[in-house]
Amino acid sequence: MADLRSEFVGIKSPNPFWLASAPPTDKEYNVRRAFKAGWGGVVWKTLGEEGPPIVNVNGPRYGAIFGADRRLLGLNNIELITDRPLQQNLREIKAVKKDYPDRAVVVSLMVPCVEDAWKAILPVVEDTGADGVELNFGCPHGMSERGMGSAVGQVPEYIEMVTRWAKQSTRMPVIVKLTPNISDIRKPAEAAHIAGADAVSLINTINSITSVNLDLFAPEPMIDTKGAHGGYCGPAVKPIALSMVSEIARNPVTANLPISGIGGVTTWRDAAEFIALGAGNVQVCTAAMTYGFKVVQEMISGLGQWMDEKGHESVASVVGRAIPNCSDWQNLNLNYVSKARISQDDCIKCGRCFAACEDTSHQAITMSADRTFEVLDDECVACNLCVNVCPVENCITMERIEPGKLDERTGEFVEEEFADWTTHPNNPGCVAAE
Amino acid sequence: MANTVNTKGVVAGRLDAEALADNFSDLHPPLDDHEALVAADRCYFCHDAPCTTACPTSIDIPLFIRQIATGTAEAAAKTIFDQNILGGMCARVCPTETLCEEVCVREVAEGKPVLIGKLQRYATDTVMGLGLHPFTRAAETGKSVAVVGAGPAGLAAAHRLATQGHSVVVYDARPKGGGLNEFGIAAYKSVDGFAQAEVEWLLQIGGIEMQYGQALGDHISLENLKVAHDAVFLGVGLGGVNALRAEGGNKDGVYDAVDFISELRQTDDLTALHVGRQVVVIGGGMTAIDAAVQSKLLGAQDVTVAYRRDRSAMGASQFEQDLATSKGVRIIFNAQPVKVHGNGSVTGVEFERTDSSGDDLKPTGETFIINADQVLKAIGQTLKMDAGLELVRGKIVVSADGKTSMDTVWAGGDCSLGGDDLTVTAVAEGRDAAMDIHATLMGKGHKDG
Repeated sequence: MADLRSEFVGIKSPNPFWLASAPPTDKEYNVRRAFKAGWGGVVWKTLGEEGPPIVNVNGPRYGAIFGADRRLLGLNNIELITDRPLQQNLREIKAVKKDYPDRAVVVSLMVPCVEDAWKAILPVVEDTGADGVELNFGCPHGMSERGMGSAVGQVPEYIEMVTRWAKQSTRMPVIVKLTPNISDIRKPAEAAHIAGADAVSLINTINSITSVNLDLFAPEPMIDTKGAHGGYCGPAVKPIALSMVSEIARNPVTANLPISGIGGVTTWRDAAEFIALGAGNVQVCTAAMTYGFKVVQEMISGLGQWMDEKGHESVASVVGRAIPNCSDWQNLNLNYVSKARISQDDCIKCGRCFAACEDTSHQAITMSADRTFEVLDDECVACNLCVNVCPVENCITMERIEPGKLDERTGEFVEEEFADWTTHPNNPGCVAAE
Repeated sequence: MANTVNTKGVVAGRLDAEALADNFSDLHPPLDDHEALVAADRCYFCHDAPCTTACPTSIDIPLFIRQIATGTAEAAAKTIFDQNILGGMCARVCPTETLCEEVCVREVAEGKPVLIGKLQRYATDTVMGLGLHPFTRAAETGKSVAVVGAGPAGLAAAHRLATQGHSVVVYDARPKGGGLNEFGIAAYKSVDGFAQAEVEWLLQIGGIEMQYGQALGDHISLENLKVAHDAVFLGVGLGGVNALRAEGGNKDGVYDAVDFISELRQTDDLTALHVGRQVVVIGGGMTAIDAAVQSKLLGAQDVTVAYRRDRSAMGASQFEQDLATSKGVRIIFNAQPVKVHGNGSVTGVEFERTDSSGDDLKPTGETFIINADQVLKAIGQTLKMDAGLELVRGKIVVSADGKTSMDTVWAGGDCSLGGDDLTVTAVAEGRDAAMDIHATLMGKGHKDG
């Protein structure tokens, strides 16, 4: 079995699967259950400053969207940071860490943007024996209205300022959790890096309304006929999270900044994808909230099997392996030509490829009276839509037209050498090819 | 002690009321809301879908399933009823395994079709359960059409004609409507009086007068109907039964399967129905299976279906055959009856083996006897009418639009030539004939009505 041990900003854990700061990590009872189930670490649910406890709504906190058979695809929440007394949380963190020294216990924090507030809380967290802190600059609901959470994460200067305070007030590693509710994720990551953050974690949740009650004309989840946007998470947000993680990993400024990948991790494969795009570990919430803590066992066995099959000896050895292949559009090879190929043996004759291509693409698929579907090479632009709408995996594939062969659509022979937009004659800013 | 499955002869009460009620409950219990969503989600929404092509009434199946999937079963039902006003009954009795579900791409690919029939029932039950009738009549045209036969063809024709604004009078020989839906199909396919409920629901369109107890040839004549109405639609079905060409076929204990089924459908008390201990059903169609299965469910000890050809030629679908065998019915092939034994009452049926491997059915000379105290004949039905219409193979010749050889007379359903003798086919023929009648009565250009 592959070695799944993980070391992230110096914090060791038996596997790279941490529970994200969220309801599952709000108290000792849950965290002990999580560790018994096999989770490598937890980020304790966000603590606020000492004082009257946080107040949550007393109606629904969650909303969801579903796929087939009510499979939960996306979850939205309006829960705030922990509503339990600070001292109680600190006592419990200390107790758990003492009993689970091999697991990662990181504490998420969110206090007002004044230096004293951070100077006050960091030492008491450090006293618990916790392995590190995560600065919650991500939550987009409720706390952001009070100038915290994503209200900080949306202003790189604030991130830099608060991160500096934190670094100056503790010897623990500082992870900065980023909000995706921003136009360019690289900027807040750079700010965290400049301020000396040990790592960033992302994504936090995305502003969302899951649905609208059409009888009451009110957004869901709804409290007494009113709704406020919540934070969206779960499998539906994974593609957004993957892209943002890759942006930070590709950015030369932050290329060496460790990343804790978050956003819709549901299976070992999701985790492996985050890791391949530069995440040193992953954090999970919605999968645990949907299926319970036991899901981590599939993640552990699956990641191990994949690493064994591929000969990857450690998690660290695959971190960022896909980053060199993350490109910009302008650098994609325009001389790479492919065509759709339909396996007649696998085709079940549903005709979805035909409808999609005929109605919405390039009229490159024909349909015969006996429902045989075939690709017209002189029309096919290899858009891949037929592959995506086909219900049979691998029934339609893309086949490369080898260099030297005719592309029937353009009437030209496919050229051997790489050529991208930067050298294309239609590009006004074209750099002449040497 | 009352009778049991071991009691000899044709007797009532072999099973108690509770066991009978259980045996004759719904063959396919309806889908609940969640099951319907899950089933609907399996539909691929095929382009130019094979299921729609296979449906004799051309229901837009992918559309209605998508409407169920998006929580609008009422819209789904409208999609169904637009093409098939008896979509509720067809959802129950259609041999979907040889129609829409047979060609479902998921059946072809996985052997598990989308549950089209059950989904259709879900949609139609929803709307009929709410008492909604999503059709309104066009303005009165002043035209009058006679519909003879209140079975699927006649009802479909009557509804479509009424929708177009014509006044319709439906004549039927029986005391109530529904035709074979009411009198001819197995009880477990249409429980809780669904056939009558459907007739009542269909009549909500208005403009349809029902005249029961009016048999063509006895109480009414085609000539008079032609005079009294602007057009006549004949959907009289096949009232006659073929004779058993075997010696002794008139002994006590030999029954027509259609009468057996009809009696069963009309009874209020299943414990009062008589059934043999050893039942032999002769035939190979749906009626044979329905009669055999119901004999077994009434408590017959041994039930055998004997069919003179091989399995591949059997009219009953594989699903129906499997249903029968799962209930304990034995099906034997290549056996044709030659003699009914017994001194007054039936004691057995003598069969001769046949060879159906060639074009002709050849008797082999080998015979055997199956003990029986009841014989149910399900060997086909015949048209019981001769009103001067052109017939071929005993059925009324019609055009693609259901027009007969006689002016102002149309026909459809089992009595007309062409198409399978299925409820759904009858509905399609009645509907299409109605549209042709409409176009004819209103002049060209009205066909799309």
